[in-house]
Amino acid sequence: MNAIDTLPWWAAVTVAFLLVLGGLITLLGTVGLLRLQTFYQRIHGPAITITLGTGCILIASMVYFTVIQSRPVIHEILIGAFVLMTAPVVSMLIMRAAIYRAPRTGDAALTARDTTQTQGLSDDQDR
Amino acid sequence: MRRWFPSPMLSIGLLLMWLMLNQSLALAHWLLGGVLAIVAPVLARPLQPHGYARIARPLALVRLLWMSTIEIVRSCFNVSQIILFRRADGVNSQFIRIPLDLHSPHGLALLSCLINMTPGTVWVDLLPDRHELLLHVFDLHDERWWVETIKTRYERPIIEVFEAPAAPGQGGKA
Repeated sequence: MNAIDTLPWWAAVTVAFLLVLGGLITLLGTVGLLRLQTFYQRIHGPAITITLGTGCILIASMVYFTVIQSRPVIHEILIGAFVLMTAPVVSMLIMRAAIYRAPRTGDAALTARDTTQTQGLSDDQDR
Repeated sequence: MRRWFPSPMLSIGLLLMWLMLNQSLALAHWLLGGVLAIVAPVLARPLQPHGYARIARPLALVRLLWMSTIEIVRSCFNVSQIILFRRADGVNSQFIRIPLDLHSPHGLALLSCLINMTPGTVWVDLLPDRHELLLHVFDLHDERWWVETIKTRYERPIIEVFEAPAAPGQGGKA
């Protein structure tokens, strides 16, 4: 990659820092999936990946290509916008699927407290 | 005017999106993007059960989005901290109920997206009988604080953005 050699040091430092930070945050989101006990806790893990992780990597991409091509490259904003528009909808759908399923399957992964609460909810919904 | 531009904001958004996708400011792309910006909202209008959102105060919307960006970054660090350093069974995950005054469907959609974007909170459901929001909080320390925060920092600005004319005007004019 010859393009990387022409990158000034300040841009290289910024891009590298953002990429490493974004990578670490993404990793942390997956560690959350591994470490947390119940489904309702695990759903919060990937949220940091979606927001800060994506954000850091996209900003790194913008800085890198803007400097390399010496013109503003900002269409990564679109990726960010679309991810931010769709991800919340997905997490809501997953959450509701879990809630409606919980009383029926008696999922062992749910804690007792969670199930009693969702039981109340599904009673509300059934009416 | 309303007939051809049912939603000026959407049209501007589509035009900007087109220019960004093509990474070009050439006249041809302005024209193509302009056609897209006019045709797409008109064609998609029948698909919108509530009509297009009318944004009464764009500035308030910008302020709200900025505030929630800061909030997202802040809670990212909170959630990371909990994942890294807290023992998993020490995390107090709870469902809480928040009574809502917001009724505009567009406002509720925006509120749910903002809440779900923020790490640590997931919108579960809107309980129809008392118009309460069921929210799942990753690490609950003070329920009162959450109700207060959602109501003052999110709900009130959103009501401001989609203020009164949105609800009654929608059916008549659209």
